[in-house]
Amino acid sequence: MDDLYRDEILEHYRNPHNFGTIDEPTLVKEGSNPLCGDRITLMLTIGSDGTVEDVAFTGRGCAISQASASMLTDEIKGKSLTEVATTGRQDVLDNLGIEISPARMKCAMLSLETLRSAVSDRVAWQGKTDEE
Amino acid sequence: MAIVRGLDPVALRADFAIFERDFRGRRLAYLDSAATSLKPRVVTDAVAGYLNNYSANVHRGIYEIGEEATAAYEAARSKIAAFIGAKDPREIVMVRNATEAINLVAYAWGRKNIARADTIVTTEMEHHSNIVPWQLLAQEKDADLEFVSFDDEGRLSQESYDVLLRTKPKLVTFTAVSNGLGTINPTASMVARAHDAGALVLVDGAQAVPHQPVNVQELDCDFFVFSGHKSLGPPGSGALWARREILEAMPPFMGGGEMIREVQLRHTTFNDVPYKFEAGTPDIAAAIGLGAGLDYLSGLGMEHVRAHERELVEYALQVLPERVKTIRIHGPHSASDRAGVITFNLADAHPHDVATLLDREAIAIRAGHHCTMPLHQRLGEEASARASFYIYTDRDDIDRLADALNKVERLFARN
Repeated sequence: MDDLYRDEILEHYRNPHNFGTIDEPTLVKEGSNPLCGDRITLMLTIGSDGTVEDVAFTGRGCAISQASASMLTDEIKGKSLTEVATTGRQDVLDNLGIEISPARMKCAMLSLETLRSAVSDRVAWQGKTDEE
Repeated sequence: MAIVRGLDPVALRADFAIFERDFRGRRLAYLDSAATSLKPRVVTDAVAGYLNNYSANVHRGIYEIGEEATAAYEAARSKIAAFIGAKDPREIVMVRNATEAINLVAYAWGRKNIARADTIVTTEMEHHSNIVPWQLLAQEKDADLEFVSFDDEGRLSQESYDVLLRTKPKLVTFTAVSNGLGTINPTASMVARAHDAGALVLVDGAQAVPHQPVNVQELDCDFFVFSGHKSLGPPGSGALWARREILEAMPPFMGGGEMIREVQLRHTTFNDVPYKFEAGTPDIAAAIGLGAGLDYLSGLGMEHVRAHERELVEYALQVLPERVKTIRIHGPHSASDRAGVITFNLADAHPHDVATLLDREAIAIRAGHHCTMPLHQRLGEEASARASFYIYTDRDDIDRLADALNKVERLFARN
């Protein structure tokens, strides 16, 4: 049992990075997973040059969804929206680095799907979001 | 002299093929029977027997296998009637599941009998299937939908119930046993008081029929629904029971074949009950399978099934708090009015993570809201984990659960 959740996942779960709110965010998006009650609110500050200057999230959920959000927000900070839009499901899975069963895929992808819908009105999404 | 023996879960496992399957070196500890039960070979054999040997349609074929199919299907109806203490098999409408049965009542009875400003009373502990159909009906008719609250131990507030009955509801509907908390509600008393207030009563028996003796005549309710797949039967089987005079006064549910007596281009006369409510070819195989499952349960004796589960609940209520320090168990603290359902949260681990980690040890539990979001809102939990028991569950399963939960909470413990 102990080998399933790497220490890094548990560490992100206990102390998620970028957890909190931003005072005047450029973009705010809520996402939820109705099957399990996982919720996330994602906030981004986008600079005039289209760079993600700041990102934060709040919400409650399982270790997979919280660690995934923590890692994803780390990854996109400082990137341009065009770069952010290339993020795909495989990137999220690579970050997590553990086996995600089909039943848990929605937990893993909640933050990415929320980010995608937050950003997609600004920029066309290029990440391979529909692959497994 | 007959020796009354309890139920032997370990011996019973020989009747279920799934326990021969190897789960990474372990036997499956299946603790999700409140979602659906495992199926014994007598059920799968009955299903295969129909499909292989006499797979004709029912109520049509003037030939040997058609008559065999009709006889087996109608025998299943009679077994269902006997199992729940119905007076007459014609009071049994075959449906796919309890959800369909409730929707049938909401649609056929409700649309005719519920009018503007009428009140329907249900409870905060209901499965979504006993809330949403009534919301739809109330919206359509501009009727009121009221909810009985439950207390901190997961028992329906009888005071709140009696207050709501003073509004003279047309229909009262509640579950006999909570799928989320395991609470065994005082059904007969609640039915009697609703009748005194002039209401008809629908009892959701989805969690009662598989686990305890049920007699609709003793309950004295007006509608009773259950799903076959929680009672050893295949998915796609289930029943609505209602008093015959109520069924006869109800308009049909779905239109089509089987439910008619005579069809002209602009007018149709309907078949007798229960066929009036069974449009189209039914799930014949599932119904026959359910009949075999109910025979199996009758052979065990439902008093023994309940006694066995009660003993397991007592054991679980004792050992889980001893061995799992951060567990919060929801629902009644006593096994006397608690079915084989233990819904819980761990302080630091989300139910989904708990379920995933337990799965690694071949322990199957449910995690989420168990189709009871209002109940979880009342509990103040977004999700919970649920272990539920049945005839093949034993103390060893609960020991494995306790050990695994202990490991999970240590893994997640905040330092």
